[in-house]
Amino acid sequence: MKEIIYYPGCTLKNTAKNFEDSAIACAEALGFKLRELEDWYCCGTVYSLTSDDLMHHIATVRNLLRVQEEGEERLTTLCAMCYNTIKRSSKRINENEDDREKINSFMYEEENDYQGNVDIIHYLEILRDEIGFDKIKEKVEKPLKNLKLAPYYGCLLLRPLEVAIDNPDSPSILEDLITVMGAEVVYFPFKNECCGAYETVSEVDFVVERARNIIGNAIRNEADALLVSCPLCAFNLDNRQKNVSLKYPDFEGIPVLYFTEALALALGLDPEVCHFDLHYQSIEELVKEIEQ
Amino acid sequence: MPFEISKELVRSDFIKKIEELSGEEISACYHCGKCAAGCPSVDTMDLLPNQIIRAIQLGDIEVLKTSNTPWICASCYMCYVRCPRGIDLCSIMEAVRQMTLRENLDHIDIRVYTDELATLPPIAVVSAQRKLSS
Ligand code: SF4
Ligand code: SF4
Repeated sequence: MKEIIYYPGCTLKNTAKNFEDSAIACAEALGFKLRELEDWYCCGTVYSLTSDDLMHHIATVRNLLRVQEEGEERLTTLCAMCYNTIKRSSKRINENEDDREKINSFMYEEENDYQGNVDIIHYLEILRDEIGFDKIKEKVEKPLKNLKLAPYYGCLLLRPLEVAIDNPDSPSILEDLITVMGAEVVYFPFKNECCGAYETVSEVDFVVERARNIIGNAIRNEADALLVSCPLCAFNLDNRQKNVSLKYPDFEGIPVLYFTEALALALGLDPEVCHFDLHYQSIEELVKEIEQ
Repeated sequence: MPFEISKELVRSDFIKKIEELSGEEISACYHCGKCAAGCPSVDTMDLLPNQIIRAIQLGDIEVLKTSNTPWICASCYMCYVRCPRGIDLCSIMEAVRQMTLRENLDHIDIRVYTDELATLPPIAVVSAQRKLSS
């Protein structure tokens, strides 16, 4: 079985355990294994945007060095925040010898220097480019018939262009996945608009409005559920529906699923990997319908 | 507040510092407003994203320090994708935030949110701290 080193990040061990468990199970069902990177560090979650701030790339470089020490040149990840942060940092450090030298000399206690050869790919890219959607289609045991799914990309898989996994203005990778899973794609214009991200900590009302706009638009386009690929989007668009309902009592929500959860259900895997209790909007009805 | 445009301010080191931190050329913006048209957060902002650039062009530090816009901007990169001049406005916003944060003035005190902290995803807490505190 083909193996790839996998970087989970903090949140997949916590509020997004369902993302991790479903992704690992789907990978195995599709013939590849995610081998967790040993001794990984938090990536820092946001890419440092100031030119003089090298400090905040160190955590990323240590992770890349661990990959190098395992004799590999590729790392995959699921969380869109980890993906964007590590991918952008790795581009800066891999392409810039001065920065790399500075960071290596700062990490003098490490046995080895980081050589700048590790690349990051997102799990979705493996599905599209290495497994192939045709092969996935063959493995679907329980097509998600009668289900209308709205793909939500958010920001970090698509922007900026240098790290985009698909066309930033009109992506199709999630749509293609939805199609091979047997569900109907819901086209909605908010699919790549920001969910409000970390503003959810201190600007709840702002995020409530974002969530209401995004979910409301998906509902108006007749979505039964929203598919996401980021645990912060999942929090803002699922858990924050509670706050939306408090502010707008007639708001009716819809469930939010990680794309790997929908895939696990379509592949006929144990629905337990979806950890029902980690969802605010219940997915039980939806799972029951698929299982029938 | 009336603001007097002066040669000194327009050529000040402050603008050079923002350019150095962000890696962007501030005078490149011609205020077409495409960034503001695409920004999903403008209705919560007190200044449009390009008005932040205008304040930098004029050296109006006071406006930059009191505006909520840089703190609402969540680096979603929609403006960068839309800008016909290829200006990375997110990095400019970061430079403006850093101006305050590097004076040790935090924009968030995470201890205030203890009720919710345990239920928030770790990435939310870490990124809010990274973006809004020094
Ligand atoms: S889109 Fe670009 S050029 Fe136009 S106002 Fe915004 S930053 Fe300036
Ligand atoms: S990065 Fe900031 S200014 Fe640009 S579109 Fe997003 S929220 Fe608006």
